[in-house]
Amino acid sequence: MQYLIRTWAILVKELIQMRRDRMTFAMMIGIPIIQLVLFGYAINTDPKSLPTAIYAEENTEFTRAMLKGFENSGYYQFTQQVQSYQQAEAMLSRGEVSFVIYIPKGFTRQLVKQQMPQVLIEADASDPSASSNAISRVKDIIAQSIAPLSVGALSYLKQKPQAIDVVIHNKYNPENITQFNIVPGLLGVILTMTGVMITSMAMTRESEKGNLENILAMPAKPFEVMLGKILPYVLVGLVQTVVILLAAKYLFAVPFQGSFNLLVLAVLVFIIANLCLGFTFSTIAKTQMQAMQMTFFFFLPSILLSGFMFPFRGMPVWAQYIGEVLPLTHFLRIVRGIMLKGAPFAQLTHEFFAMLLFILVVGCLAILRYRRTLD
Amino acid sequence: MCMSSSELAISVRGLTKRFGKTEVVSQVSIDMPKGQVWGFLGPNGSGKTTTIRMICGLLKPSEGQGECLGLDILRDSEKIKLQTGYMTQKFSFWEDLTIKENLDFVARMYHLANRSELVDNTLKNLGLFHRKNQLAGALSGGWKQRLALAAVTMHKPKLLLLDEPTAGVDPQARREFWREIHTLANHGMTVLVSTHYMDEAERCDSIVYLANGKLITQGSVAQVTKGSQLVTYRADEPNVRAISEALNQEDGVEFAAFFGSAIHVSGTNQALLNQVLQSPPYNQLTWHQVKPSLEDVFISLMTRSGLDLRQH
Repeated sequence: MQYLIRTWAILVKELIQMRRDRMTFAMMIGIPIIQLVLFGYAINTDPKSLPTAIYAEENTEFTRAMLKGFENSGYYQFTQQVQSYQQAEAMLSRGEVSFVIYIPKGFTRQLVKQQMPQVLIEADASDPSASSNAISRVKDIIAQSIAPLSVGALSYLKQKPQAIDVVIHNKYNPENITQFNIVPGLLGVILTMTGVMITSMAMTRESEKGNLENILAMPAKPFEVMLGKILPYVLVGLVQTVVILLAAKYLFAVPFQGSFNLLVLAVLVFIIANLCLGFTFSTIAKTQMQAMQMTFFFFLPSILLSGFMFPFRGMPVWAQYIGEVLPLTHFLRIVRGIMLKGAPFAQLTHEFFAMLLFILVVGCLAILRYRRTLD
Repeated sequence: MCMSSSELAISVRGLTKRFGKTEVVSQVSIDMPKGQVWGFLGPNGSGKTTTIRMICGLLKPSEGQGECLGLDILRDSEKIKLQTGYMTQKFSFWEDLTIKENLDFVARMYHLANRSELVDNTLKNLGLFHRKNQLAGALSGGWKQRLALAAVTMHKPKLLLLDEPTAGVDPQARREFWREIHTLANHGMTVLVSTHYMDEAERCDSIVYLANGKLITQGSVAQVTKGSQLVTYRADEPNVRAISEALNQEDGVEFAAFFGSAIHVSGTNQALLNQVLQSPPYNQLTWHQVKPSLEDVFISLMTRSGLDLRQH
């Protein structure tokens, strides 16, 4: 009973302070909304309408149909018409265009004579993910745009059907909508950022100002203090979750296939994992500035190695091991699993277990370090 | 001192604290009877705060042992915390909470009965009842100290540890603060106050003097003065600076210091000191033997323990 009262005392104090600190309060609600709108609308892993320059040495019905086909695919947007190869090269290297399509003289004549004319597509491949989807469509685009003209006397230009009928099912996100992947991921990223940063800074502020010494001189056990300080931020995390899920549904129409209760459970576990880490950071950092730096030291690998930004399976094995340590990695699998695939708990036990293990280890570390704070 | 442990509020032996390789407190032993007001003196960085933290269970001593209120300082720190009030050097209550919220928090942490009544009474006694909804950060230095004192005594501790409570507080507020300390002591509370002010030391039943982490002396002001065996002479002289510099070079003079237009010369060997003062040019002045001030005594003790005030 006494334990509960002391934990309650700390919890009430934290909530009052939180309410009074307008900046932090604004950050708790403001950050998720801004990040969600910004990243949700901005990040696109399937970029379309890429600027393209055309260098065509002839203008026939065939070349016009082909270029129309490029434009209709949505990936290419013709912004420049150039008269020389050098001009096109310069544009590409300056980054004004992402592609140059070069149709040489005599293209149509060779096509009709079945002499395999060449079309050159130069792509700025310095960012592979920006150009790869557009490039992969080229063969289909050309075949489809030529087809309507390959009738009557020219029907021999029509491509022969392939021997094997390949069936591809794009499951869980058939339309390849980036937001369906990004928005649930943002839930994890935002909870990581605010969870680790706000707790570690709030706690460090307390030791910076000398309040911690006061609490330590009172008859409270480390566990009670930790619980009292963590619980208010669990609430904050839940509020953020509600904001993000509402936005996911109404702004981005992200599907929700699985169990809502299971997701709430996962969110709770994930928030606690982050708060334990924030608490641990606060026992190491001497100033709020250091707490901030530590948060970012943790935050960057979380974003880059968790599978939020880049495909997890595409990383080398050692990097995957690092990724497996981060709670965000496991949370992303859970949240994407539940929302997009409708995964049941039985399929996610591994991920839950990993997060619980993280809580156990980091939580113990936090308590051990907190005991020795003044020393 | 021969006292049974039940009469002692603090009884520690060989208390030592190291941070890494630096020894901040070495071999400090204190016996402090219950119901007294003790002054804890020493220059900055002498280990006063560290010693207080070890006594109230905030820090684990690297060496040594002892009891606080009959409880083992190594094992019973939780119980000790319930019966002691510790006021930190820097105001450590929450400036972004109101006065009332701060007291409410303390009352909850100590699980005190009739909380709202107790908090209201504390506010009334403090004279802050009409300001209870102001942020604690808005209070002046003197008021903050009084609020802190009220907050750390709300659970009626048996032992009160005050770490430089009057540093930076104006004389009026300091006097009121001391009146409160004596009121608390009259109600049976044992109080240990660390301070830099010599006049405050003289308000204490006993003093403990710490320098460079070592205990130099302890006892009542009279005992400490007597124990120092210091003899002090005083003369009025307008050109004190030149004279005191010359005197400091003489054998038998432990130190010469000036107070306004008067000069104090102190030494432990009275015969040798007399000899110096009766020789020219010092014999042109009229010397009177005076009671050494506590400041004279401490400077002497520090000089003897191989320390120089100017280093601190």
